Amino acid sequence: MSTLIYVELQKIFKKWRTYIGIIAIGVLVPIVQAALYFTGDGYIKSLTRGFQDSFLIVGNLFNGYLVANLILNSLFIHIPFLIVLVGGDLLASEATAGTYRMLLTRPVSRFQVVTAKFLAGFIYVTALLAWLAFLSLGVSCLIFGTGELLSFRGKLIIFAADDVLWRFASAYLFAMLSMGTVFAVSFFFSSLVENAIGPIVATMALIIILAVLSALPVDFLQNLSPYFFTSHMTLWNNFFNDPVDYADVLRSGLVLGGHILGLYLITTYIFLKKDILS
Amino acid sequence: MVSDQIIEVRGLTKKFKSLVAVNNLDLNVYRGDVFGFLGPNGAGKSTTIRMLLSLIKPTAGTIKIFGMPLNGNREKILRKVGAIVEKPDFYMYLSAYKNLEILGRLSGADTSKKKIMEMLELVGLAKRYKSKVKTYSHGMKQRLGIAQALMHDPELIILDEPTTGLDPQGMKEIRDLILYLSREKNKTIFLSSHILREVEIIASRMIIINKGTTQVEGTVDELLNTDKVSVTFETDDVEKAMNVLNFTMWNKCFKTKEKNQLILEMPNKEIADLNRHFIENGVNISAVIPVRSLEDYFLKITEGGGR
Repeated sequence: MSTLIYVELQKIFKKWRTYIGIIAIGVLVPIVQAALYFTGDGYIKSLTRGFQDSFLIVGNLFNGYLVANLILNSLFIHIPFLIVLVGGDLLASEATAGTYRMLLTRPVSRFQVVTAKFLAGFIYVTALLAWLAFLSLGVSCLIFGTGELLSFRGKLIIFAADDVLWRFASAYLFAMLSMGTVFAVSFFFSSLVENAIGPIVATMALIIILAVLSALPVDFLQNLSPYFFTSHMTLWNNFFNDPVDYADVLRSGLVLGGHILGLYLITTYIFLKKDILS
Repeated sequence: MVSDQIIEVRGLTKKFKSLVAVNNLDLNVYRGDVFGFLGPNGAGKSTTIRMLLSLIKPTAGTIKIFGMPLNGNREKILRKVGAIVEKPDFYMYLSAYKNLEILGRLSGADTSKKKIMEMLELVGLAKRYKSKVKTYSHGMKQRLGIAQALMHDPELIILDEPTTGLDPQGMKEIRDLILYLSREKNKTIFLSSHILREVEIIASRMIIINKGTTQVEGTVDELLNTDKVSVTFETDDVEKAMNVLNFTMWNKCFKTKEKNQLILEMPNKEIADLNRHFIENGVNISAVIPVRSLEDYFLKITEGGGR
């Protein structure tokens, strides 16, 4: 199994499309950081305008934590697209290229093949988020320093500097579940077709459709909304609330985890039954 | 000996909705065979090969390879099988070397640089080992396909149209390689080919299928020699040859005559007797050309729907 995962990782990281996500994050985050570096003071002033006269603000509120939080909020919506570029390609590209015939005539079971691909894809998701964390949190802290974190959740919350890192760690772990679900959806679509474009478009379309449906003020849709994975994807934000609603986090984690497991099992079933005709 | 039967297929059937691609097919491949698998386009050859390699699931029937049912022993069997199924497709964005390394690793082969280069050398691609496969011609991919099939030193090699797209020299090299693998390395080869002459030259046993069913199966010699062959006797005096022929039991075999040729359809084993008879009766025979070939036989079988 480790050989298969190694082989799948080699295939993933030898493809140009894999680096689109890594490059996109590598370009966008520094742009945001540079913009904030030059205009950040004004941003903080506008945020704290309401209470500047009432409170004496000491210390560095415009710091790496705030920048990381802003980046996470602004980029999180775009990360799924970078995930599906790889997830949608994993199975479909083998069919497109005809390499299933090579791969599935090796003495490895189909279960192992599909599981190795799934795990390798998950490793890519983790690597992409780790890269995002490194740039947005690590580099931001180096550039802007550390300090208290200002968080806006309907109200202004200020977290002490020593109360922040675990929140980021938890948020990134939760983001793995969110992005893992997006990956699992694209992986599932990838098992159905023989062209990688289809799964990419289908996954993004599904995300948009579910997001739109949950936003519509219709009772029936509002009742369904808790079962949409899109309704739980941004729950990482909960870790920047005080207090953290752990019941909510757990519920969302279970929904997303259930989606990942369910989609993996369905994909595996389809793959095991599939006739390789390509 | 039972253990010498490498492939045993019984009642193999594959239906795609209403289309019956393979219908109740039986075949037997024995150790050391170069087994020719023939049939016209759409006869069910590729579907059969895909079932042998568990790429598609049969609707009915059983497949035993190395005496083990494929169902339930897939990995154990595939460890000893190397294959090319239709055109060899590779990971285009990887080099030939990397492709062999990946595929060899999954087959449990020795993937040391020495071994991989040895394989590339064998198929004449060593100089291009670093090039990405997307820069390869079809013929080069075909050679690489042979290399990947041999990487793990399999006992059974299944080759689906292995010389397609190769130039005449390349075809000969692959034919020689197949013969070498069979004779020197004692490999069992299952060879599907459209090039009938190729099968005639290198196969020891063969099967012809049509519309998914077995038409004939046996040794190439048996199958080619049991039927009448078309034979041309070249002579400087056709009329005299005709006169001699008319007083023999072979007069019924006469087909046609041309300027210097007398064409008959007769049992292969009697050609020598008739030739001797002509000479004893003063007919000069300058050449005896049996035109009975696998191609004739193949067309007869597939067009006629059987023997």
